[in-house]
Amino acid sequence: MKQQKNGNKTGFFVPEPPARPGERPDFSNVDCSAPGAVPMPAIDCAAQRTHEFAGGLIRVLDDKGHADGPWDPELNTNELVEMLRLMGLTRAYDERMFKLQRQGKMSFYMKSLGEEAVAVAAAKALDDEDMVFPSYRQQGILFARGRDMVDMMCHCISNSKDNLKGRQLPVHYTWKEGSFFSISGNLCTQFPQAVGWAMASAAKGESAIAASWIGDGTTAEGDFHSALTLASVYKAPVILNVVNNQWAISSFAGIAGGDQASFAARGIGYGLPTLRVDGNDALAVYAATQWAAKRARSGLGATLIETVTYRGESHSTSDDPGKYRPKDEWKSWPLGDPLERLKAHLIGLGAWNEQRHEDMLSEQAETVRLAYKEAESFGTLREGPLSPTASIFDDVYVEQPWHIRRQRQDLGV
Amino acid sequence: MARMTMIKAINSALDVLMEKDETVCSFGEDAGYFGGVFGCTEGLQEKYGLNRVFDAPINEAAIIAMAIGMASNGLRPVAEIQFADYIFPGFDQIISELSRIRYRTAGAFTTPVTIRTPCGGGIYGGQTHSMSPEAFFTHIPGIRVVMPSNPYDAKGMLIASVECDDPVIFFEPKRLYNGPFDGDPHKPALAWSSHEKGEVPKGHYTVDINKAEIVQGGSELTILAYGTMVHVAKESARLANVDAEVIDLRTLIPYDIKTIAKSVNKTGRCVVLHEAPRTSGFGAELIAQIQEDCFYALEAPIVRVTGWDTPYPHAHEWAYFPGQERVMRAIKQVLEN
Repeated sequence: MKQQKNGNKTGFFVPEPPARPGERPDFSNVDCSAPGAVPMPAIDCAAQRTHEFAGGLIRVLDDKGHADGPWDPELNTNELVEMLRLMGLTRAYDERMFKLQRQGKMSFYMKSLGEEAVAVAAAKALDDEDMVFPSYRQQGILFARGRDMVDMMCHCISNSKDNLKGRQLPVHYTWKEGSFFSISGNLCTQFPQAVGWAMASAAKGESAIAASWIGDGTTAEGDFHSALTLASVYKAPVILNVVNNQWAISSFAGIAGGDQASFAARGIGYGLPTLRVDGNDALAVYAATQWAAKRARSGLGATLIETVTYRGESHSTSDDPGKYRPKDEWKSWPLGDPLERLKAHLIGLGAWNEQRHEDMLSEQAETVRLAYKEAESFGTLREGPLSPTASIFDDVYVEQPWHIRRQRQDLGV
Repeated sequence: MARMTMIKAINSALDVLMEKDETVCSFGEDAGYFGGVFGCTEGLQEKYGLNRVFDAPINEAAIIAMAIGMASNGLRPVAEIQFADYIFPGFDQIISELSRIRYRTAGAFTTPVTIRTPCGGGIYGGQTHSMSPEAFFTHIPGIRVVMPSNPYDAKGMLIASVECDDPVIFFEPKRLYNGPFDGDPHKPALAWSSHEKGEVPKGHYTVDINKAEIVQGGSELTILAYGTMVHVAKESARLANVDAEVIDLRTLIPYDIKTIAKSVNKTGRCVVLHEAPRTSGFGAELIAQIQEDCFYALEAPIVRVTGWDTPYPHAHEWAYFPGQERVMRAIKQVLEN
């Protein structure tokens, strides 16, 4: 086989990230335009009006935390503090759960470190009855919609109170009461499903819209094309989000073709309006989601949003990022930390200070600690109690057919 | 009652369903304005409007995913996959999603989707318009798999499938769309108008999708078949001049073990037919279960007559199709053993 080497004329090209372990992080390719560089088009603009900005970046907060530009959603301080609180809570929860996994308390965990704004700000810009079809890194939506933390933990430790009866990997939540669809482990499947859900809502004359999230790597799946085709053809009231966190386990975004064009630009060929957003800027995420939601609710169809962010932690507890990217890469990430940026904004407004922030973080750590204590009282994966063993044969069909009944009897339960 | 082809019966089922329940909708490639390449959805768009009967892009994954999303939001979608051979781009959505939503959400979300798709050969469809891929789907916990063999069952089973809260793959043997087919391609084509199962009530009725039908009682052997092969079984038994009990399975998952076991325990001999390839075909499952349940009643090894383990050839279609001669040979074999 021909030894391929990038830059040579023989062999094919395999993209490589700007930096590997031991090398200096390099984000010179990340365009950080100033707030205001991207104008806000009218809600009912032609999709093509948005396409010229598919390579730009919608930002509201500048590097010092000052809000500026046409996308400023002008939230009041209570709303801003609430977002900060929810992002902090998500981070505190992730931090604790990740550690507990390391201590053997659960089989698996996935943090959303550095991406808290993507989930929390979008959830806040949506209505609570809008159905979300998330991937596994938008747990912030659950906090934003007020899900009980103990219930979330009971799912993750697969105990007797797990609302999914121990059938799903940790973090693969379902919460129907909070209009939170089931998270699949197979990537992108939820993207076209969200479009179908939205079409049903429109057919029934209801105002609820759908929103879905996938990662940059997942855009390579055929279902990405399926979703964008359906969304475009039927002008479905749905928001399709690509969370570009730079990494898909160990593959950088270039392996999904991210070096050739932005993920937002994928929408151009489908005639979908596209927005490219600073995903670490809660105000920008809020504003973009609000814009797309208004458009969908006005019967103007779907929007593709790329949120540019950085995955601050490993993909999951099963991989070591030190083996494929520089250890301190996140520190060099030019769009910063979403929590710190919103905090700086609030301090600049005079609505927050270091002391309150410290107090909030320690209160949240304590809340999480106590919640876990309570969750554990309902059992753990290792120690039990779990859902009844016989329940593994339930819910395959509406009623248990003869062959599954026989198999249950075979197991003796 | 009216005389109907299987196409008309399917059309009538959809009409009855859509009239009765406004959450029922139907879509697929060419299945809107045009009414489907076989005409199963003809006239429905005009009657029920664009939001209930519509054309879908040529993307089976998208069609099935859209149906899943709609079903999770209270609709009862009937998705048409133009040919069963085309279903595979949607396989992931069926296996990983459709079949498991109820299970993985512990019943919080359900997806009552019916996927209709024409299957089988006998129309010179070549390798991409002749497949009988039912066995793949019988290996997926969480979906039902059915295949009618006549217009009466097609309508009643389709209504039962759509009204069922489980996802259903509804295979339509396309060789039977316009008339019964007994396996002899040299005879003039028969019409459903002269067949008793071509009598179809105009209104709402269901055929139980948990029950097989004994289409012909007999004592010498049991022949298990579904779809087109039901007709081949009957004619082959007549030509072989044997008193065969012919069972139309109708439903593959969950198959009606009671009716099957009762018959095999009575006759002690069994031939299993399907048009799909032999290895790991549905017949393998049937035979394994029968030997577990009926071993002491068996007088002879069970014999399968199936399609060959090759792709469905175009020019040599009738050398591939498990026709009367092969079925008669199998009948003889199990009776002589």
